[in-house]
Amino acid sequence: MAKVLKATDAVIVGLGWTGAIMARELTRAGLDVVALERGPDRDPAADFALPAIRDELRYSVRQELMQDPKMETVTLRHRLDDKARPVRRFGAFLPGDGVGGMGTHWNGNTFRFLPSDHNLRTHLTERYGRARIPDDMTIQDWGVTYDELEPHYARFEALCGVSGKAGNIGGRIQAGGNPFEGPRSGEYPNAPLVSSHANELFRRAATELGLHPFPAPASNSSAPYRNPEGAQLGACQYCGHCDRFGCEANAKATPLSTLAPALGKAPGFRKVTNAYATRVLYDAQTRRATGVRYIDLRSGETYDLPAEIVILSAWVFGNTRLMLLSGIGQPYDPRAGTGVVGKNYCYQIQPTVQLFFKDEELNPFMGAGGLGMVVDDFNGDNFDHADLGFLGGGYISLNSTNGRPISFRPTPPGTPAWGAAWKRETAKWYRKTALVLCEGMNYASRANSIDLDPTYRDMFGQPLLRMTFNFTQNDRAMADYLLGKAAEIGRAMNATIVAPQPRKGDFNVVSYQSSHNTGGTIMGRTPADSVVNRYLQSWDAHNLFVLGSSVFPQNAGYNPTAAAAATAYWCADALVKTYLKSPSPMVQL
Amino acid sequence: MLDRRGFIASGGVLALVPGGAAAAPTADVVTKDNPAATIDATVEPLYALTPREAEFLAAVVDAFIPADDLSPSGSECGVVAFIDRQLAGAYGAGARLYQEGPFQPSNGQPQFGSQSPLAPLAFIRLGIAELDAWAAAQCGARVSQLSPPMLEALLRDVEAGKVAFPRIDARAFLAALLQLSMEGFFSDPIYGGNRGKASWRMIGYPGLPATYAKAIKNHRGRRYEAEPRSIADFL
Repeated sequence: MAKVLKATDAVIVGLGWTGAIMARELTRAGLDVVALERGPDRDPAADFALPAIRDELRYSVRQELMQDPKMETVTLRHRLDDKARPVRRFGAFLPGDGVGGMGTHWNGNTFRFLPSDHNLRTHLTERYGRARIPDDMTIQDWGVTYDELEPHYARFEALCGVSGKAGNIGGRIQAGGNPFEGPRSGEYPNAPLVSSHANELFRRAATELGLHPFPAPASNSSAPYRNPEGAQLGACQYCGHCDRFGCEANAKATPLSTLAPALGKAPGFRKVTNAYATRVLYDAQTRRATGVRYIDLRSGETYDLPAEIVILSAWVFGNTRLMLLSGIGQPYDPRAGTGVVGKNYCYQIQPTVQLFFKDEELNPFMGAGGLGMVVDDFNGDNFDHADLGFLGGGYISLNSTNGRPISFRPTPPGTPAWGAAWKRETAKWYRKTALVLCEGMNYASRANSIDLDPTYRDMFGQPLLRMTFNFTQNDRAMADYLLGKAAEIGRAMNATIVAPQPRKGDFNVVSYQSSHNTGGTIMGRTPADSVVNRYLQSWDAHNLFVLGSSVFPQNAGYNPTAAAAATAYWCADALVKTYLKSPSPMVQL
Repeated sequence: MLDRRGFIASGGVLALVPGGAAAAPTADVVTKDNPAATIDATVEPLYALTPREAEFLAAVVDAFIPADDLSPSGSECGVVAFIDRQLAGAYGAGARLYQEGPFQPSNGQPQFGSQSPLAPLAFIRLGIAELDAWAAAQCGARVSQLSPPMLEALLRDVEAGKVAFPRIDARAFLAALLQLSMEGFFSDPIYGGNRGKASWRMIGYPGLPATYAKAIKNHRGRRYEAEPRSIADFL
């Protein structure tokens, strides 16, 4: 029997980026807020200190800061007729755990999505005609436009002290920035990071090819910075330990570094760690969420926490799973094409080109998570698809993120994986290699989806999520196209060896690709096509809100954090300014 | 006097000249007849492996990472000790590994990752036994007794899928062992491998503290060289 706790105004499930943003906005509005976090609390000053944080084995390889699959994982099948197998060790993507969530161990790439990413179906229909979108490509508009989100993107960039160069301010194209981006209200809060030698080789070659290189917008602060919440960030040390690590310089913007200090002082805020949410308590009669049930992972006790407002911010899998376990909304059936919960699960496809330069010294161990040089010429619909056999695209970049040697020691094609020749080639090329990455989008397709697994269970006997996913023909054609462009840039960089690495075969959960998973609780215009409305408010319970990349109807060719955060600010804004005054559905049908 | 592999199998560890070639084993080996050596601080126990398993691993690790002018061999760098400690600890016991059934064989679909019910210690242990049995049947000798060229040929056969074990996937076993060996060779020396920071010297990785706010610019296109430092150097 669950013990019933004292009611609160709002309960938030998951204290990563979007949960922390919502907690801040609701406490600012005077609400009592309880945030439930499955993992432990984290104290950056103690937990991320030198020298222990520079431990590749512990943090990167053994995944210290990530979700423990022993407690909960997902299963995978490539096709609807296949039997799913559990992902026994995380590899392709790395879900977060603990206060700060994935925002603790992200790299810091802080891109806005393109305006056309936000109204994708309308945009593509207008440009190419309705017939051009394949029947099984279940893309749709977000229901909120780039222009509506712009102030919220800007707010997140200010929170993080993003280092970058604007390419479009109020419609005027800015030299050195991304000319394809949507109009911005202003410049980035910080100047770009200092580029690496490899970044500069990429910039020169891309310019020669007539492309438009720009420094990646990075939440790795290029200078000391005080954010609007009063939090102080340090300057990036280019240590090459961003992704999978905490930041000892406090230069990487994370929920811990940007929001936790203000939240800690906010009256009405309380966080409960090691609290594993198992249900949204839902009254189907009145169509209201009444609270959240969770298990205290230290005592094993089950608690019901009643609340007037319930916020899900537990990432793609947590949000979708809680909706399904709680019986809220109609589960998606990919065969019939009915239902919505679990629909439009998307990922990314990221082919790469490894470059080797016999005459360059690249010092690959110097880097920052967001230290990249990027071209956006082949992203989204920035280029004409009229004569191409696919839709979509992705950015192409050269990132100097790390040279940590357990995982980073590329050798030219044909080199054995061990033995004397392997040693020779490893020693020869370690300092002289760089990777060109294609951040390929993944548009929704009818089969790719998530539901409850009929067989496998978590540590409490609850069904795991089952992912049905594979790359589509559109994805593969797009990826091949991007790879050709990336190789062209590599050749223009005068690399001694240009080694394209296409993504072939069925989706593989072993090798790391991208933690940019999206979908499952998508936003849209009607309850027939979405789980939440344009304000991220559940169609089935007006006091239930769902945050994060699970609401994206399809993925884009960018890192998704800024879009997840911008939509969280957008939702919080509507919640505080509109919903609290009159709790009811904010979109009337 | 024991030979090199016999020495490792006895639970001993070779002395290493940092950055240089491995010192040859001296007479200071641990034997019943030399009790003084039993209190030698460089002698370390095996935590999970049996002496024969350690002997197997020394041979394989030295095939993966042979001694040459770039570095001492894998076992000389402590990679066997590293693997032993990893297998004896949380990793070997299956930490961060979902181990609920049912267990469906991968059926040649590596996209799903290992689907074995075994935790790493049991998996590696079984793999060692299976490959030793294969070597005994095909070559008439245990893996640790094969000449380096014969061992290399055998391991290339496993890698190429030409060797089948009755109970586990031979290629998956080799891949797991290679991964562990590379972790040992390239990780921070605090874990017992990479003695003398041999691998970091080999490739030019400076280790810690990794603060390059100035160097990122003033070493653009120019090699950054520094005496590599480990976590232990800052404690």
